Amino acid sequence: MKRILGVLIVSISLLNACNPSGGGSDKVRVGVFMSTTGSTANFGISSVNGIKMAADEVNAAGGINGKQIELNVQDDRSDASEAATIVTKFVTQDQVHAILGEVASSRSIAAAPIAQNAKIPMLTPSSTNPEVTKKGDFIFRSCFIDPVQGAAIAQFAARSLNAKTAAIMVDRKNDYSTGLEKVINETFTRMGGKIVAVQSYQEGDQDFNAQLTSLKGANPEVIFVPGYYNDVGLIAKQARDKGITVPLVGGDGWDSTQLYAIGGTALNGSYFTNHYSPYDSDPNVQKFVNDYKTRYGSIPDALAATAYDAAKIMFDAIKRSKSLDGADIRDALAATKDFPGVTGTVTFNENRDAVKPIVMIEIKDGGTYAVKERVQVEGTAAANTAAPADAAAPVPAKTTSQ
Amino acid sequence: MSTFLQQLINGISLGAIYSLIALGYTMVYGVLKLINFAHGDVYMVGAFMGFYLANGIGARGAQAIGMNPDGFIARGLLGGGAMEPSLITALVVMLLAMAICAAIGVIIERLAYRPVRKYSRLTALITAIGVSLLLENGGQVVFGAEPKFFPELFGKRNIELFGGASINSADIVVLVIALGLMVALQLIVYRTKTGRAMRAVSFNLQSAKLMGINTDHIIAFTFALGSALAAAAGVLVAIRIPRIDPLMGILVGLKAFVAAVLGGIGNIPGAMLGGLLIGITETMVVGYLSPTYKDAVAFAILILILLFRPSGLLGTVAQEKV
Amino acid sequence: MPRYLRNLIIALIVIAALIGLDFVFQGRMLNPYFVRILMLSGIAITLAVSLNLINGFTGQFSIGHAGFMAVGAYSSAYFSVNYGMNLANSLGGGRLGWVVALTVSTLIGAAVAGLAGLAVGIPSLRLRGDYLAIVTLGFGQIIVVFLNNIEAVGGARGYSGIPIVKSFFWIFLVAVLTIVIVYNIVNSAFGRALISIREDELAAEAMGVNTTRYKVLAFVISSAMAGAGGVLLAHFDGYLNPKSFEFIKSFEILIMIILGGLGSIVGSVLGAIVLTVLPEALRGFAEYRMVIYSLLLIILMITRPQGLLGSAAPLKAWRKRAKRGTEPAGGGPAAAPTNPSTVATQPERPAPGGENLR
Repeated sequence: MKRILGVLIVSISLLNACNPSGGGSDKVRVGVFMSTTGSTANFGISSVNGIKMAADEVNAAGGINGKQIELNVQDDRSDASEAATIVTKFVTQDQVHAILGEVASSRSIAAAPIAQNAKIPMLTPSSTNPEVTKKGDFIFRSCFIDPVQGAAIAQFAARSLNAKTAAIMVDRKNDYSTGLEKVINETFTRMGGKIVAVQSYQEGDQDFNAQLTSLKGANPEVIFVPGYYNDVGLIAKQARDKGITVPLVGGDGWDSTQLYAIGGTALNGSYFTNHYSPYDSDPNVQKFVNDYKTRYGSIPDALAATAYDAAKIMFDAIKRSKSLDGADIRDALAATKDFPGVTGTVTFNENRDAVKPIVMIEIKDGGTYAVKERVQVEGTAAANTAAPADAAAPVPAKTTSQ
Repeated sequence: MSTFLQQLINGISLGAIYSLIALGYTMVYGVLKLINFAHGDVYMVGAFMGFYLANGIGARGAQAIGMNPDGFIARGLLGGGAMEPSLITALVVMLLAMAICAAIGVIIERLAYRPVRKYSRLTALITAIGVSLLLENGGQVVFGAEPKFFPELFGKRNIELFGGASINSADIVVLVIALGLMVALQLIVYRTKTGRAMRAVSFNLQSAKLMGINTDHIIAFTFALGSALAAAAGVLVAIRIPRIDPLMGILVGLKAFVAAVLGGIGNIPGAMLGGLLIGITETMVVGYLSPTYKDAVAFAILILILLFRPSGLLGTVAQEKV
Repeated sequence: MPRYLRNLIIALIVIAALIGLDFVFQGRMLNPYFVRILMLSGIAITLAVSLNLINGFTGQFSIGHAGFMAVGAYSSAYFSVNYGMNLANSLGGGRLGWVVALTVSTLIGAAVAGLAGLAVGIPSLRLRGDYLAIVTLGFGQIIVVFLNNIEAVGGARGYSGIPIVKSFFWIFLVAVLTIVIVYNIVNSAFGRALISIREDELAAEAMGVNTTRYKVLAFVISSAMAGAGGVLLAHFDGYLNPKSFEFIKSFEILIMIILGGLGSIVGSVLGAIVLTVLPEALRGFAEYRMVIYSLLLIILMITRPQGLLGSAAPLKAWRKRAKRGTEPAGGGPAAAPTNPSTVATQPERPAPGGENLR
C-alpha cells in the first residue's frame, strides 16, 4: 500500500513539476498543438516552423499592443485523443488566450469541442474537412475546404484537360483522401465524365504496382490522386515505370519540397490544387519564401505558408480586439476581412471558413511550379455545406487562366 | 494474362523482402522463443544506415558529433564522390549497413534481452516492445520524423518480358540479392559448426550448454545474423521504393512476423515460403479484389492456417505429451 | 451484520463517494486538465483490469484487447447517435433520460464486444501461448481494417457527433464495477478453476476442470469489459477514429498490466494510472519524452520483471510451463538455468511443434 501511495505521489508531483505558471497577462499566450512526431509528423513540423517564424516577426516588431507572444508548442504524436488532452491543458492549466492547430481534420475535430466549451478561439491552418468549424462559433479555419477543392480538381480535368474518362487512386485510410475522392467522383460524373476505375491504397504503403497494373488496364485519360505527397511521389514514379503516361491530378496534400525529390521527372506535367506557389512573383510571397529559406534552409511548403498566415491572422485579430478575452478575440477574428496573407487575401464567411483563391499548379521540369489557373471561390454557399454536390456548383465563378 | 504475370512479378518482389525480414524473426524465435518485436525497427535502422552511408550526414550533422565536416561521415559514398552509382556501390552500401545493424543487434541483445533472459518470456516480450518503441521514438529524434528519400544507388530501367509484362531492373537486383542471402544463410545454419551450435541451442539450450557450447555467443551471433538480414531488407526496399521514415518498420515487421508464423516459426525455408506467400497474396488481393482489405486478408489467412495447422505450413506437428 | 447488508452499505458508500467526487470535479474545483487525465486513467483501469482477467489470472496470452474495445466503442456510439438521443429525449431529455440512454448504450457496447469475444474465443482458445497471441493480434487488426471501411460509422474519417458524456461518476462507476467483478471471479470457484488453468492446464483438465469452457467464458467476460471501456472512450471526446485501436493500443494495455504486475488487480490499477500519467508528466522533455518513456519501460523490465506490485506466481507459472514444455510455445531458456535436473529427467522433451531451428 505504501508503494502505491509513493508512486501516486511521485506521479502527481511529476505532473505538477512541469506546470508552467499560468496567470498574469504580461504576455500573449498562444497554444500550438501539432503532430511533430508520428504518421503526419512532416506536416506538423512545417506548420510549427511557419507559426514560429510569424511569432518571431511580430515579437521583433514590438509584439501585439506592446505584449510579447509566448508560443506553447505541444506534440500530439498524431493521435486524436492526445490532441484533446493537450487542448484541455491549454485552456485550463496553461490558460492560453488563443489556439492554433491541427493539420489533420480528425484531430481538429476531437479537440475543437474543448476549445469551444472554454470559449477560447481556435484557428486551424489546414484541416479541410467541413465538420471542423461546425463544432462551434469559436472554431475558425484559414484554408479552403475539401468539397470546394475537390470540385475544382474535377472541373479542371473535365474542362481544361478535356478528359472524358478518369481513374481515381484513393488512400482509403485517410479521411482527407476519401473526402476528396467522393467530391471528385461526383463532380466529374456530373460534368459528363466517366470514372473508369477506382483503386485504393493505404497511408504508408510502399508498393503500388498491383493497383497501377489494374489501372493501366482501364485506360483512363487522367488519374486523380487525392493523397499526400509522399505516397503521390511513389505512385507517379511507379506509374511511369509501368508505362502510364496520362497526367496525374491531385490536391494540396501534394505540396512539399520533397514531392519532386521522390517523384522526380515522373511528375512533370501533372497538376494539383494548392494554397499558393512559392514561385509566385508577388513581393509578399517572395519575402516570405526568402525569410523561410534563410531560417530553415528549405523552400516553404503550403503547410508552412498556411500556418504562417493562420498565425498572422490570429495575431492580427488579437491586436484589433485590444483584449485578451476569448470572446473579444473571437469577434475580432470573425470580422477579419481581406487579410493580405501569402496564400491570398483571407476573409471569413459566416461559417468561419476562409474564402480565398485556389491555385491550380502545373509541375514543371526540375520541380518548379507554374500557376495554371486561379480559381476564386465566390459567395459563401460553396463553403457552407457538407453535401459535396451542392458545394461544387458555385465553383466555376471566376476562372482566370495565366 | 500479362496483367496476371505482372502482378505475380510484383508479388514475388514484395514477398522476397518479407522473407528476408521473416528470417530474422524465425531465427530469434527458434533460438530464444522470443517474438522480437523490435526486429521490424532494425529493418528501419538498416534503411537509414544505407541512406547515411550513401549520402553522408551533412556538414552540420558531422559537426554535431564532433567529426570532420568534410570527411566521409559528412558526405557519404555518393555525396563525397567516392563512388559512382553502380551495382557495386549498392552492394557496398548494403554490406556496410548489414555490418552496422549486426552490431546494433548484438548491442540490443546484450543490453536489453540478456538481462531479462532469466525471467519469464512475457517479461522478455515486453522488453522487446520497449526496444521497438525506443527505436521508433529514438529514430524520430535522431533521423528526424519526416520521410527521407533514398538516393539512386544504380541506374534503373524497365526490361520488357514476353506477354507485355515488364520487370524493373531494381526488382531483379532485389530478387537476386535476397535469394543469394537466403542461400548463404542456409549454408551458415546447415554447413558450419556455428550453425550446428545454433540448431543445438534451439533444440535445447540447457543440453547445448552441457555439451560445451557457449550459448551466449551463439545467441548473440543469431541476433547479429538476423539483424544483418533485416538491414539488407531495409536497403533493398529503399532501392526499390526510395522513401524511408522512422515508422516504416511497424507494419512491414508485423507482416514479416505473420509470414514467419505462416511458414512455421523457427523454420528457415518456412519463413521464405511464408514471406513469398504473403507478398503474392497481398498483391493479388490488391490487384483483383479490394485493396482496402489487404491487411485483413493477410491476417485472415494466418488465422485460418493457425486454426487448422497451428505449427504453420512447414512446421512439424508434435503431439502434446503429458 | 449479515453479509449482504454489509456489501450493500459498502456499495452505497462507494456510490456516494463517486457522486461527491463527481460534484467536486464538475464544479471545476480541480484543474480540468488533471481531471481529464484522471478520467483517462479511469478508462485505462477498466481496460487493464479486464485484460488481467484473461492474461494474468487465466494465463492466456491475448494481445487483441484494443479490437474488443473498438467493437464496444463503435457499437455503443452507433446506438447513442441513432437511438440513444431519441431515447433520452422521449424520457424527458433530463438527467434521468440520459442515465437510461447511457446505461443501455453501455450494456449494448459490452454485449456486442462480448459476442465478438465469443466468436474469436471459441476457435482460437484451442491455441496456446504465442500462437494465441498472434491470432488475437490478427483479429484486432482485422477489426480495425473493417472499421476503416464501414461508412455508417464514418470509415477512415472517424465517427464524430457522438453525444459527449464526460462524467467522472460514470467512468469510475464502470471502473469500480470491473474491479468488483474481476475480484469476485478470482475469489470464486470459477476463479480458482481459471488459476488452475494458468498453473497447469493439463493437471486442471485431469482434475475435471472443463478448461475450454472456462477459458472461453473468461475471454468473453474480459472482452465485454473491454467493450465497456470502449463505450466510455467513445462518449469521452465524442469522436472515434479506427487509428486509435491499432495493435499499439493493445500493447499499451498489456504493458499496463505487466508493469503493475500480472495477476494483481491493484497492480493493474496502478499500472493504468502510471502509464496514463507518464507521457503527460514527461511533456517537459519535448521531443525526448517518448524516448525516455520507452527507456523507462526497458529499465523497469530489467530491474523489476514481476512488475511494480506483482507476485511472482503468474510468472512462475509461465516459467514452469515453459520448463515442462506442456504447451507448444513452451521451452526456451527462461526455464533452464533454474533447475537443470528437470531437463535431465525429461530429455525427450524438446518444445514440440515446428519451432526449433531447422
